[in-house]
Amino acid sequence: MKTIFEPTKGMIPVDTSYCPGCGHGIAHRIIMECLEERGSLGNTIGVVPIGCAINAHHFMNVDMCESTHGRAPAIAAGIRRVHPDQVVFTYQGDGDLASIGTAEIIHAAHRGEKFTTFFINNAIYGMTGGQMAPTTLIGQKTTTSVNGRTVEQAGLPLRMCEILSQIDCAVFVERVMLNNPANVRKAKAAVKKALDIQDARLGFTFVEFLSSCPTNWGLAPKDALNYVGQNMADYYPVRNFKTPEGF
Amino acid sequence: MSRVLMKGNEAFAEAAIRAGVKCYFGYPITPQNEIPEYMSHELPKAGGAFIQAESELAAINMAFGASASGGRVFISTSSPGLALMQEGIGFIASCEVPLVILNVSRGGPGVGGIQPGQADYLQVTRGGYNGDVRVPVFAPSSIQECANLIYECFDIADEYRNPVVILADGMLGQMMEPVELPEARGITPVEKINDERPWAITGTDNHPERNVVYSLRLDPQVLENHCFDMFEKYAKAEKELVRWTDQGLEDAEIVFVAFGTMSRLCVEAIELLEERGIKAGLIRPISLWPYPNAAFDKIGKNCKVVISTELSMGQMITDVKTAVQGRWPVSLINRTGGMVPSSIEIADRAEKALKEATK
Ligand SMILES: Cc1ncc(C[n+]2csc(CCOP(=O)(O)OP(=O)(O)O)c2C)c(N)n1
Ligand code: SF4
Repeated sequence: MKTIFEPTKGMIPVDTSYCPGCGHGIAHRIIMECLEERGSLGNTIGVVPIGCAINAHHFMNVDMCESTHGRAPAIAAGIRRVHPDQVVFTYQGDGDLASIGTAEIIHAAHRGEKFTTFFINNAIYGMTGGQMAPTTLIGQKTTTSVNGRTVEQAGLPLRMCEILSQIDCAVFVERVMLNNPANVRKAKAAVKKALDIQDARLGFTFVEFLSSCPTNWGLAPKDALNYVGQNMADYYPVRNFKTPEGF
Repeated sequence: MSRVLMKGNEAFAEAAIRAGVKCYFGYPITPQNEIPEYMSHELPKAGGAFIQAESELAAINMAFGASASGGRVFISTSSPGLALMQEGIGFIASCEVPLVILNVSRGGPGVGGIQPGQADYLQVTRGGYNGDVRVPVFAPSSIQECANLIYECFDIADEYRNPVVILADGMLGQMMEPVELPEARGITPVEKINDERPWAITGTDNHPERNVVYSLRLDPQVLENHCFDMFEKYAKAEKELVRWTDQGLEDAEIVFVAFGTMSRLCVEAIELLEERGIKAGLIRPISLWPYPNAAFDKIGKNCKVVISTELSMGQMITDVKTAVQGRWPVSLINRTGGMVPSSIEIADRAEKALKEATK
């Protein structure tokens, strides 16, 4: 009999802790599929964030460590110095990366660190129960912006791809979205490319996923996916910002 | 190797390289800048890696990553820099990852000054990290002793899988002294890392089970058990890591307690007091945690006063009082904010303290 589908060996076969409709599970799976397809599961070291995805090390079938909040890029820089040949990545949410960890991500890009950062932008603090993030959209209701975020009170949302692509040693920067199967396939292609460019040791590689948090958005899973595809994609253009020649 | 005349900070950096350090991460702060400077050109020559971190926050976390993945890591900073590292130190201890940290301390509080100070005593022995964590702390009083301690502390950090702090005040970092440097041990090659550190995250091909270095334990019972386990380790440390030197305790009327640079001034003050017909002795704690309480049992029956002698408003004095357990009066001789007393000032103030104690 011909096998037409098999779960990736990159995911440990247990139920995840993520809510129904959450983007984390999809992002985990495509990253792990890419690592499996390129035969990298045995020589990868990953860093999980503070955020809902701190649990990723229960699901991703590679060597991993936790991090202090926002510092995963510094931790990965340390790992890279000890392991010049391994695949190294960080996996970070938008509170982790775009708020408390801005210095570390900017300077990882600035030094052209040879690892990949997967950035899950769900426009909210998931784990702590739905507070406003720097990426929260104008008008979006959160527990710390109950009437919707305003420019006067909190400024305009931070676009990390746009910031990082200004940094010369960030060589691959792409924003993708996890709202439907076609876009998930595109997201997977971006992950694969980022890892290939990491292999070439050309510089820092970054993939941002526009992702859903139905629980804290107060939306049904399907509506949350529509919110990603419409509201989020409106403010955060889904595109490639930078690719080195030859990729 | 023959003795060489070296500036403290450079000798400390060289001792770390010879101990087989793979990575050094640092952010500039006086009075320890010679360490990152020296590391930037010498560590790569020895096969190691240097990063000038964007902050002390980044430096401590780079150190975590490098050590969690099996590299031998050394970092250095000075007082305000160590304050920024506190979250990281507690996290690293909780993850049971080894690390050697050198604090070349300066006068505080706040940004403070850049002259030598010992007002980091509480910061290093109690920490600013959350949770039940202990960090062994050693305080050398000479460049030679500091170099030896740096070399040795890597083994202690590895054995206990815990950060270890060396507290050397700015005086030791900035002065020059002859020093005999230990032999170079070489860096563990990457393919041997899991032989020495089976828990290190190196990629699952390199070890039988998947490795995860973690701190989060949401189940309170699991977390409590982890604390109990860590404190078994710390109980062992309290037995095995206690270190001090002492002199003249049997017949001393005055017993100074001082560490680091201050202990050297006390030795001079003891000679001055002897000329004045007063017998004084010294306890010099080398391990600040665990504290050498046993040293105080050697104090003889002539003792009239125990004097904690510090470059701070009096921080170690709490530990001195605990060790003394009410057996003798305890007083304080101190200067702070980067001011260092002369041995004459110490002798004069000690004489006064003796008079008051025997009044
Ligand atoms: C130093 C520190 N500050 C705050 C927290 C609390 N905290 C845990 S997760 C989190 C936010 C995570 O949000 P995000 O990065 O957006 O990830 P998500 O949970 O949405 O995936 C915060 C603030 C912490 N653990 N440590
Ligand atoms: S709270 Fe939000 S981010 Fe966290 S698991 Fe649930 S849906 Fe996902």
